[in-house]
Amino acid sequence: MATYLEFIQQNEERDGVRFSWNVWPSSRLEATRMVVPLACLLTPLKERPDLPPVQYEPVLCSRTTCKAILNPLCQVDYRAKLWACNFCFQRNQFPPAYTGISEVNQPAELMPQFSTIEYVIQRGAQSPLIFLYVVDTCLEEDDLQALKESLQMSLSLLPPDALVGLITFGRMVQVHELSCEGISKSYVFRGTKDLTAKQIQDMLGLTKPAMPMQQARPGQPHEQPFVSSRFLQPVHKIDMNLTDLLGELQRDPWPVTQGKRPLRSTGVALSIAVGLLEGTFPNTGARIMLFTGGPPTQGPGMVVGDELKVPIRSWHDIEKDNARFMKKATKHYEMLANRTATNGHCIDIYACALDQTGLLEMKCCANLTGGHMVMGDSFNTSLFKQTFQRIFSKDFNGDFRMAFGATLEVKTSRELKVAGAIGPCVSLNVKGPCVSENELGVGGTSQWKICGLDPTSTLGIYFEVVNQHNAPVPQGGRGAIQFVTQYQHSSTQRRIRVTTIARNWADAQSQLRHIEAAFDQEAAAVLMARLGVFRAESEEGPDVLRWLDRQLIRLCQKFGQYNKEDPTSFRLSDSFSLYPQFMFHLRRSPFLQVFNNSPDESSYYRHHFARQDLTQSLIMIQPILYSYSFHGPPE
Amino acid sequence: MSQQGYVATPPYSQSQPGIGLSPPHYGHYGDPSHAGSPPGMMKPAGPLGAAAPGGMLPQGPSPPGPHQFGQNGAHAQGHPPQRFPGPPPVNSAAPSYAPYSPSTQSSYPSPASTASVTQLASQLNAMHINSYGTGMAPPGQGPPGPPSAPLFQGLPRPPQPSIMQPGSQVLPPPPTALNGPGASPLPPSTHRQDGLPGPAPLNAQYQPPPLPGQTLGTGYSPQQAASYGPQMAGGQLSYPGGFPGGPAQMAGPPQLQKKLDPDSIPSPIQVIENDRATRGGQVYATNSRGQVPPLVTTDCVIQDQGNASPRYIRCTTYCFPCTSDMAKQAQIPLAAVIKPFATIPSNETPLYLVNHGENGPVRCNRCKAYMCPFMQFIEGGRRYQCGFCNCVNDVPPFYFQHLDHIGRRLDHYEKPELSLGSYEYVATLDYCRKNKPPNPPAFIFMIDVSYSNIKNGLVKLICEELKTVLEKLPKEEQEETSAIRVGFITYNKVLHFFNVKSNLAQPQMMVVTDVGEVFVPLLDGFLVNYQESQSVIHNLLDQIPEMFADSNENETVFAPVIQAGMEALKAADCPGKLFIFHSSLPTAEAPGKLKNRDDKKLINTDKEKILFQPQTNVYDALAKDCVAHGCCVTLFLFPSQYVDVASLGLVPQLTGGTLYKYNNFQMHMDSQQFLNDLRNDIEKKIGFDAIMRIRTSTGFRATDFFGGIFMNNTTDVEMAAIDCDKAVTVEFKHDDKLAEDSGALIQCAVLYTTIGGQRRLRIHNLSLNCSSQLADLYKSCETDALINFFAKSAFKAVLHQPLKVIREILVNQTAHMLACYRKNCASPSAASQLILPDSMKVLPVYMNCLLKNCVLLSRPEISTDERAYQRQLVMTMGVADSQLFFYPQLLPIHTLDVKSTALPTAIRCSESRLSEEGIFLLANGLNMFLWLGVSSPPELIQGIFNVPSFAHINTDMTTLPEVGNPYSQTLRMIMSIIQQKRPYSMKLTIVKQREQPEMVFRQFLVEDKGLYGGSSYVDFLCCVHKEICQLLN
Repeated sequence: MATYLEFIQQNEERDGVRFSWNVWPSSRLEATRMVVPLACLLTPLKERPDLPPVQYEPVLCSRTTCKAILNPLCQVDYRAKLWACNFCFQRNQFPPAYTGISEVNQPAELMPQFSTIEYVIQRGAQSPLIFLYVVDTCLEEDDLQALKESLQMSLSLLPPDALVGLITFGRMVQVHELSCEGISKSYVFRGTKDLTAKQIQDMLGLTKPAMPMQQARPGQPHEQPFVSSRFLQPVHKIDMNLTDLLGELQRDPWPVTQGKRPLRSTGVALSIAVGLLEGTFPNTGARIMLFTGGPPTQGPGMVVGDELKVPIRSWHDIEKDNARFMKKATKHYEMLANRTATNGHCIDIYACALDQTGLLEMKCCANLTGGHMVMGDSFNTSLFKQTFQRIFSKDFNGDFRMAFGATLEVKTSRELKVAGAIGPCVSLNVKGPCVSENELGVGGTSQWKICGLDPTSTLGIYFEVVNQHNAPVPQGGRGAIQFVTQYQHSSTQRRIRVTTIARNWADAQSQLRHIEAAFDQEAAAVLMARLGVFRAESEEGPDVLRWLDRQLIRLCQKFGQYNKEDPTSFRLSDSFSLYPQFMFHLRRSPFLQVFNNSPDESSYYRHHFARQDLTQSLIMIQPILYSYSFHGPPE
Repeated sequence: MSQQGYVATPPYSQSQPGIGLSPPHYGHYGDPSHAGSPPGMMKPAGPLGAAAPGGMLPQGPSPPGPHQFGQNGAHAQGHPPQRFPGPPPVNSAAPSYAPYSPSTQSSYPSPASTASVTQLASQLNAMHINSYGTGMAPPGQGPPGPPSAPLFQGLPRPPQPSIMQPGSQVLPPPPTALNGPGASPLPPSTHRQDGLPGPAPLNAQYQPPPLPGQTLGTGYSPQQAASYGPQMAGGQLSYPGGFPGGPAQMAGPPQLQKKLDPDSIPSPIQVIENDRATRGGQVYATNSRGQVPPLVTTDCVIQDQGNASPRYIRCTTYCFPCTSDMAKQAQIPLAAVIKPFATIPSNETPLYLVNHGENGPVRCNRCKAYMCPFMQFIEGGRRYQCGFCNCVNDVPPFYFQHLDHIGRRLDHYEKPELSLGSYEYVATLDYCRKNKPPNPPAFIFMIDVSYSNIKNGLVKLICEELKTVLEKLPKEEQEETSAIRVGFITYNKVLHFFNVKSNLAQPQMMVVTDVGEVFVPLLDGFLVNYQESQSVIHNLLDQIPEMFADSNENETVFAPVIQAGMEALKAADCPGKLFIFHSSLPTAEAPGKLKNRDDKKLINTDKEKILFQPQTNVYDALAKDCVAHGCCVTLFLFPSQYVDVASLGLVPQLTGGTLYKYNNFQMHMDSQQFLNDLRNDIEKKIGFDAIMRIRTSTGFRATDFFGGIFMNNTTDVEMAAIDCDKAVTVEFKHDDKLAEDSGALIQCAVLYTTIGGQRRLRIHNLSLNCSSQLADLYKSCETDALINFFAKSAFKAVLHQPLKVIREILVNQTAHMLACYRKNCASPSAASQLILPDSMKVLPVYMNCLLKNCVLLSRPEISTDERAYQRQLVMTMGVADSQLFFYPQLLPIHTLDVKSTALPTAIRCSESRLSEEGIFLLANGLNMFLWLGVSSPPELIQGIFNVPSFAHINTDMTTLPEVGNPYSQTLRMIMSIIQQKRPYSMKLTIVKQREQPEMVFRQFLVEDKGLYGGSSYVDFLCCVHKEICQLLN
């Protein structure tokens, strides 16, 4: 048999899953003694060029509390045309389409190599992708110029039928109407006034106009989806128009006196963008792309006042409780992020400035909705330009590497419960039999919403073994977990990707070696790091470090071999040998250390750490030092 | 407050009880005493004489008299014939008046200061007084009436009686003037009649005892008899007492039998023509203190020689009483109507601009009055004494100049501020907001693009017109292009701002939907120089009508529109003017939202005033903000139903803007009128962000202000803008005694920003006389200014008091002023005579016009909006405009001399003056009517309308066809002359005799009984006379 390393790699390639433990301790008690929780890193949309989606819908378990999807682990009675759910053991009849089923004629989902399978849902109206640009105009001339060019360029990268919209902001917020010919028209909002979604929709005329039009022309079928057509238009229709419009964008014309920051209404602009999409395309994939060149300085969500002599908050100020706008601003953006997530939209933040731009307060917008966060010095740098271009990169099929409005559902077999997830997601608050009472990360639910994700987006999912010590799992028993990800593909199809995995149970007392050997120290390090970073968001830095240290010590105690009072005798097996080193680097990484980082930078690093796949994460924890020479490949 | 004074004085009302109206005193002024005093004096018959006796009453004029009075004479001349026709004839011979029998003569005789006094004979015309008379009076009187005058009382009455319709006429008969002119004064009895319209007055008084004295008694007897008869006789005797009865009696009895002949009562036309004849075409130099200028209707050249031209300031009287007691006694309002930016004809010198550089204007250290001709230089020119506060100031070194032998500075004639009544100073930075030079003003055009405006083509019309009219933005004379920037906003229930920056290929529209808290969405590109952005602006104006062509938005907002404009000006840090084109009640959810609250049931109740008040206080606050930022709002309203002018018009009024209203606007009928108004309004001379301060010499001060102004405190008159048509009426009160030798000085200083963005001070100085003689006061009054004051005072009071009370107060005060004159200045005459001071001869007719104005008439037939509109217009009118507005000009066209360029002589506004064969043109400053008699001469019809007959005339037209015919040309020329000096474009209505629209036309025949109530001139005169009689008792 192959080594565990190969096994782990194989699983990762096929299913996009890395577990901290690949043989599971069979009781709750033993599991807790393992120190590192049973958890996995899941990359739901891992690119699988070899996996063409099937064009039919999944078969579900008929038990309403289960609804697990037919998978290779299920026992099938080909004669009776029955299958047994491997999660709840319910016996289900195959649907009529499966009448031809037999041992030699199996549907893909029953084949072992299709432990991960993707279905395409044909039902339902397809709505185009939506890109709403929210552009700061309080920029330096060359910065703005560069940004305008990037945006104009991006129009050519968008799918022709995608809808685009443009909101610009400075002291005021302008929502540009794109459909009009001749005069360019925009709706303007004051940058200081917090508006409710309803107010925004009323003011944009998104609610009312539909009615009079219907009354006026009762005969015509109402074009519901295009009520908002004034603000969101298909790229192919208005790219000239929009290119011109972008070209004519001027710096915010309001005078900025010496010693002041420009007044920048980021909070209101975002709020309007969210409100606009909320009123027009709820539950349809949409990206709000915020380009900002400085901190919000007025209105709801302001992060710093406009007096230049008062610097933006630092970690020092935050510790001293001296960041007067932080709490309020954070609350504002959290509220927006939650609304956005509810609607299935995501928010990207492209912040390019030499100083901080308020990412600390705004981070939740990207974190909760699966949006990107890009931090740079200037829009006029290749860093930004290339990064932005990569957002629109395409995969081997010519599809954008982005998906929208996903829900991730986790089903477990009875011995397990799901304790939580850490990643660019929000809880959907779905309670169920497989939801643990203990929370790790975002817990208390078996479903999460991931509004924006790409093939590398990775979540850490934490489990709890609930099997009691006195009810041993039968020898050879396996625990199973099914991940069901429903999402809107960039081709606008609705798809469902199902990954079902199983691992052996082992008794930790008698079979500790097995368990130990099946330890994936890389995954474990990243999963522990995610927990640490998650804690660091809400706890004091030193507490987190202490916690990490204690965990490391306990792990070494458990799995290390040593003689008392003899440090030199300490040994860790191969499968654990790198783990302490990872922890060492993690302790001093920018994810946990804020020294010499601004709050914005910390937020930026943590944002990325919470969504990258294992390899990227490890590199981030422990940077690799390559050495280049003319005589050979990098080492 | 003052209003209260005039208006409400409690006293009035109280007193009235008995009679109805006139209590003896009026509020303030009322002099209590007067009652006691004997009735007035009469004027000698002589003077009056001229006038003949009133219709009924007749009197004969004193023989001699007539002519004498020069001016009066004028009347005289005119009058005699006309006026007193009838009855009096008899008298005619007689001295001027034969007043009625005089009852109490005794009294008369006495006091009468005969001399100067003038009396009006009641007779009417007699009126005159010589007062000023150019000398005439005196002379005239002298001779004739030498002694105490005869009693003219009679005279007065007569008219009344006659007038009075109702019943009592009384006088007529008897009267006659007695006075013979010289006749002895004596006879006591006078009669009064009352003419109150109403009731029968009493005639009692008159007793027939005719007066003997008069030479002519002739007339009397008969007449008297008649009249008196009914009435009581005895009254007279008792004179003072006698009358007492009067009131009571009045009520009753007698009626008039004969109608007073309208020709015999004072004619405004006659007065105007006389003034024109004596002073028209001449040079009027403002070189002496207290001189009474020619009437507003008289054309003359005004030369500034130390006092402000009457084009800038007109006073109700040019001679102030020395004490407040006197002022109270006479009850003549002391007021000035100031039009600081009045247009000056090209043949008069424009204002000089004085520039003292950084030193700024020279001002008195104590009262801050500006250097002016009233400053007295002393100590060899090193110091000067302020004429206003008497403070002695050092002359600043840069300003020093030696004095000549008469104590005048050597540079007296070189410095406008030393020798002229009006001039301008360049203001220094101290006079600027934030000590920064102001930016040039901006004009913002705000167009209502709701469904109805789009549909009726108004939006298109406005946009088209703006393209041409913007070429004519006002500019400083020396500049090539206008410094004024322009901006554009359209709106329905949301606001659309436009970026028309010159470097844009296309205008950009920015929609502001947050009407609850409006803000300006852009800075750069909103206000632009028209020349630079011309192509973008034209592009915009072309697109606006199309952009909203499919709009079916019916709701509009209003307050947010003003707010937006104001915020835009504030953001641009400049003053400016908003031109708002609006058509409906703003019902959309927003601040300043209005509901239809027009409730006819409130009319004639104490709550009627609510209709004139704004519905919400949003507009008040908004106006305050606008004024604070120099934002003037001009509103063009196109209502098709109730739009609540009282609310919508508030901001325009308080910010010195103008309100234009076009009911049921129809493109083909009304666009010309509207476009003319728009052009005028854009092009007219205007000053922005103005503060006016009135300084007076010691002893009196400005206490109340009326006009398109806003006052944060009691002295600074703030105006977002003031243009050449706006006048501010200022009332003065005594706070001490005035000295005859130093007179009363007024300095009006207006600090403002020019259209070029220069900060300037415009100073107008005026010196008035003071006198302790009531007669001097009456001599120097100007009725046109009085009516202007009364109108504004009453219209302001409308907001706070029941109309009935206001009307009563106006009548009472009129009567009081006249009674005071009669008692203290006129020579004795029969009590029944109505005696009017020469300067107030037409006060009753004008006052009646004011009372009949729809604002003061509580009639449900008149739309509330129209009343609110007219109320507002009058509040900012100058004297010339109010004169025309209340007493329209009626010109016979059929008698036109096509070869002459002069306007035909006007005729009185009464139906009886029209004739079936005639064509008449009537204009009041807002409307113009061409009335066609059914038998109008066909050649005229052909000439004017180019149609063969009366029946072919299409009355839908609002402009006359251009026919190459002398009639047509002359008529159109006349119309354009009439239109020329008026702030509002008049809409022409063609009215055919005996067709429905004639009803509207008739409302403007103000000497007749009004359609909706309001008494005829004759009736009103009787009424006033009755009041006077009561007062005299």
